[in-house]
Amino acid sequence: MSKKHNKLEAKNLNAYYGDFHALKNINIAMEEKNVTAFIGPSGCGKSTFLRTLNRMNDYIEGFRVEGDILLDGRDIYAKDVRVDELRKEVGMVFQKPNPFPKSIYENVVYGLKIQGIKKKSVLEEAAEQSLRQAALWEEVKDKLDKSALALSGGQQQRLCIARALAISPSVLLMDEPASALDPISTAKIEELIYELKNDYTIVIVTHNMQQAGRVSDYTAFFYMGELVEYNKTKSMFTSPKNERTQNYITGRFG
Amino acid sequence: MRVTEKIIEGLLWLSALITILVTIGIIWVLLSESIGFFKEVSIVEFLTEKEWTPLFANKKFGIMPLVAGTLLTTLIAIAVALPIGLTIAIYLNEYAHARMKQIVKPMLEVLATIPTVVYGFFALTVVTPFLQQFIPGLAGFNALSAGIVMGIMIIPMISSLSEDAISSVPRSLREAAYGMGSTRLQTSFGVMVPAASSGIIVSVILAISRAVGETMIVAVAAGQQPRLTMNPLVPIETITTYIVQVSMGDVPQGSLEYKTIFAAGITLFVFTFALNNLSFWIKKKYQEKYD
Ligand SMILES: Nc1ncnc2c1ncn2[C@@H]1O[C@H](COP(=O)(O)OP(=O)(O)OP(=O)(O)O)[C@@H](O)[C@H]1O
Ligand SMILES: [Mg+2]
Repeated sequence: MSKKHNKLEAKNLNAYYGDFHALKNINIAMEEKNVTAFIGPSGCGKSTFLRTLNRMNDYIEGFRVEGDILLDGRDIYAKDVRVDELRKEVGMVFQKPNPFPKSIYENVVYGLKIQGIKKKSVLEEAAEQSLRQAALWEEVKDKLDKSALALSGGQQQRLCIARALAISPSVLLMDEPASALDPISTAKIEELIYELKNDYTIVIVTHNMQQAGRVSDYTAFFYMGELVEYNKTKSMFTSPKNERTQNYITGRFG
Repeated sequence: MRVTEKIIEGLLWLSALITILVTIGIIWVLLSESIGFFKEVSIVEFLTEKEWTPLFANKKFGIMPLVAGTLLTTLIAIAVALPIGLTIAIYLNEYAHARMKQIVKPMLEVLATIPTVVYGFFALTVVTPFLQQFIPGLAGFNALSAGIVMGIMIIPMISSLSEDAISSVPRSLREAAYGMGSTRLQTSFGVMVPAASSGIIVSVILAISRAVGETMIVAVAAGQQPRLTMNPLVPIETITTYIVQVSMGDVPQGSLEYKTIFAAGITLFVFTFALNNLSFWIKKKYQEKYD
């Protein structure tokens, strides 16, 4: 079990929005091919931390980080790291489905096309494979050239997952991927996460305790920018060590 | 309180009414005077005759040379303004810091406040002599210089409106592109520009409309020789230049020569009216898409 190596690590990580200290001395190691859930009350820094893992906050003026984030042991904030290359390795799915206003097919192959892959057979095969992985193929195979915006919210989110998978990252970051969806779509996404962890390291932010319990192997509880508790999900949910964690999990605040 | 509100409402209503009445008045004058013209010159001749010589002894009334001059200068202007304006818009949106944007945008808009007659003399006395060093056949008055300078004048229109259009693309799309490993350039051209395309097209149409109606630059620098040509190196005449030329001359009021002003004017009006409606229509479709 503990043979798995550490895919992502944060060491003494601090993050600031201007003067605001958003993440306080975070230390965490996430194993490969596991699902890690980030939980905690609104504003505690879950999204901020998630977005430092693929440097999505680079464009926010005034945002800065101190400390290290290691992907397979390499510091992703090192000078010689190219963010576009990093993000091909660390894919992201957002809270609100955000397909491009293009066809379903164009959405899925976008990431490959920008890498210069033009061969139709390669693109088509990759599109089908990713759509199947995202459990969307059967629903869209006859309308690949239709606009992605015509899909339902749940379908759009699975399309965004397919789009992220198409460039075969090794890590998938998901920021409340099911919070805007109905229960059936949510169940589908959860099933999908369960499937995907065979091949991917997944980090998911969620406000839904049952969801965290169902899909994750490890859970990290954040509170006011601090990582309060990090443990196997089972242990955390049955016997939390910290009182705050217990209160949060049992729904006494948050 | 009630009364002042009523008065203000009345004033607003009145100014709206005045605007509408003036517009109707202009269209009315244009129409009635050009109907007088078309009683003497058939529309078929007006549209198919290849020469425009209403002020000469041998009078010909073909509007096409003026239309050609107008289109030629407009085309050159857009060929200059579109690539530069769009590049600036993308630069401001994707690369520039917020502070840089706050400085550059108003500075560009200063370009639009320079009186057009200044642009005209700039074209005539600076750009033309400069270009003549490379293009020996370039006449002193020509469509090329006038078009280029007109292009410079409308750059801020395209850059400003296109930047607005690109800024209004939801942030989530930009993040989606970055999240897939797009570089900034790929994000701009592959995602942001296509998503903002209707707004960008509107900016170009408005710029075209501005170029078609532009008078002083072409009157000063492009010449006053109606000519059915697409050659940018020779003197030509645009619709607007012709109108100025005749209005400033001493043609007797009510004469056929006098009425040509209105025939030319209504042609111009048809163009700009069509362009403005087109942009209005695109804008409406575009809004539906994003709300
Ligand atoms: N762009 C920003 N500029 C300044 N402060 C920000 C910015 N984004 C987030 N913050 C602040 O950082 C803190 C952490 O925000 P973050 O979005 O990471 O919280 P979260 O745990 O994801 O909350 P939620 O569950 O509501 O999504 C909050 O106090 C927030 O106000
Ligand atoms: Mg969040």
